[in-house]
Amino acid sequence: MVMFSLDLLLNALVAGILLGGFYAAVSLGISVAFGLLDIANIAHPVFVMLGSYVAYFMNVRFGFDPILTGLVFTPVFYALGVVLYRVYYTSFERKGAESLRGLVFFFGILFIVEVALLLAFGVDYRLVEARYIGESLRIGPVGIAFRLLVPCTVGVAMTGALYLFLSKTFYGRAIQAVAQDAFALRLMGANPFRVKDIAFGVAIATAALAGALLIMIGPVEPAMNREYIGRVFAVAVLGGMGSIGGTLVAGLILGVAESLTSTFSGPSWSVAVSFGVLLLALAVRPSGLFGR
Amino acid sequence: VRGRAFVLVALSVVAAGVFTARLDLNQYYYFAAYVVLQYVVLATAWNILGGYTGYVNFGTPAFFALGAYTAVVLIKALKAPLLAQLVAGAAVAGVLGLAIGYLTLRLRGVFFSIATLALAVVLQTVFVNWEYTGGARGFTVARPAAVPFVGNYVQFLFVVMLALAMVAVATARWIERSWIGRGLAAIRDNEEAAECMGVPTLRLKLVSTTVSGMLMGLAGAPFPYYITFVEPTSVFDLNYAVNSLAMPMIGGTTTWIGPLIGAVLLGTAQQIATVTISSALNLLLVGVILVAFVILAPEGIVGLIKRLARRGHS
Repeated sequence: MVMFSLDLLLNALVAGILLGGFYAAVSLGISVAFGLLDIANIAHPVFVMLGSYVAYFMNVRFGFDPILTGLVFTPVFYALGVVLYRVYYTSFERKGAESLRGLVFFFGILFIVEVALLLAFGVDYRLVEARYIGESLRIGPVGIAFRLLVPCTVGVAMTGALYLFLSKTFYGRAIQAVAQDAFALRLMGANPFRVKDIAFGVAIATAALAGALLIMIGPVEPAMNREYIGRVFAVAVLGGMGSIGGTLVAGLILGVAESLTSTFSGPSWSVAVSFGVLLLALAVRPSGLFGR
Repeated sequence: VRGRAFVLVALSVVAAGVFTARLDLNQYYYFAAYVVLQYVVLATAWNILGGYTGYVNFGTPAFFALGAYTAVVLIKALKAPLLAQLVAGAAVAGVLGLAIGYLTLRLRGVFFSIATLALAVVLQTVFVNWEYTGGARGFTVARPAAVPFVGNYVQFLFVVMLALAMVAVATARWIERSWIGRGLAAIRDNEEAAECMGVPTLRLKLVSTTVSGMLMGLAGAPFPYYITFVEPTSVFDLNYAVNSLAMPMIGGTTTWIGPLIGAVLLGTAQQIATVTISSALNLLLVGVILVAFVILAPEGIVGLIKRLARRGHS
């Protein structure tokens, strides 16, 4: 237990807000896949993990900057998402058997990717190196570490970009339309399958960059994705399913809650916070803060 | 198999187990068989909620670990005998199951599944922080001395787990064939419609979650004596969640024999693979087999056999 002090509180708040921006980045894919498409992709965090290990590999082998790697690999992850959705569609969604078996399917994918990462990289914690990661900034009593500031900034930028994509572009609006009424979209002569294809691709594509941010914040190991299952669903549900702005707000709330918990009652409890938030959100207001 | 014949078969299996234990084979076989039988209990328990009722539970490790830790507390506080540990482990996990059952009032489908996963993580955090049972460092248990007539304690535990597997399978079979099973199937197919037709959905779901939880706790209760060292990461292992769901999926989820077939096949295959290949690679295999079955044979092995039989008739 730590004595209460104002400096400590301020530092915890700032760290929480920075962490929150990053949580938004990790959760964007779930907000799109689960919130808009109604696909409960519980394997999303493991793809974030995959993104982390890609960033690690490129950093160690070629000295690539993690964020640059994340950007470069976005199209690869997009393609991965499209393939995954096609398998999901032909095996489950088309037959109308998506809910239970689809869930088990993604659980299996989660397990396969996790074990594959384990086989390839082992259980040791891995981290990346870049010039700016160790730096920090001081404003009065508050320290701002770059390893948190950079992921937060990129996370907020990602949220903004996705928001613009969904509200301003043709395909983005089509995705919103398919979320509202796929049947009506079909009547308009558009193919909901094609639109969902793109949307799920985008959802997985965010994992490439989010993974690079994750390994920047701290060292990673393959089993870490499970902690993030709770976090991403808590953020997506709390934010209001499919609301991109809500995702950012919910990410910030979760980040601050976790940071305060870990500062004042020990870091081992911070994982439980996300699940507490999730259970509370589901029990009290399942439609989330910004739900439709 | 008729009711009385089933009981006879189950009893003779246990008798055969005692006989096998007395053979005093290579110890490894008892250790391996125990794990396979433990999976029979877990898979059967999972299927009562997942297969019969249609609620996917990712939280098997939570119930299993609760059974194991209840036993640890009893060993530490009272030096209670194994029977007391079994009863208490099942009771405590059953209470958790009951609580989960009330959760189904608000949470259905995906949300229920995520909540069960959440439960496992939160409970793990609790045990990591609970000093009485050793916290993250774990707790060492001394195995009792040999049991007369049966053999050493590992051989005895093998017989115990065999009996528990029979209890689990008999329970599942009984539920499936009674009005409870028909009610659960109605919930699985369409919960609103079942409620409208006068099926007491909440009460049935509570029965389903409680029995499922109890059996999982029962599987966990002898675990401390088996493993002799209990620590959070090993009892809350995700493997339990994956296996207890993969085995019914592979065997077939609509009948009691599905999880039994799945657990024996997949459990044995894993034991062999762990020795001959590597433990990480065999987990990869479980994942691949699970995904393949979900996509290609959603009815499982039982469904495949039925389809073949039908083709043979026509």
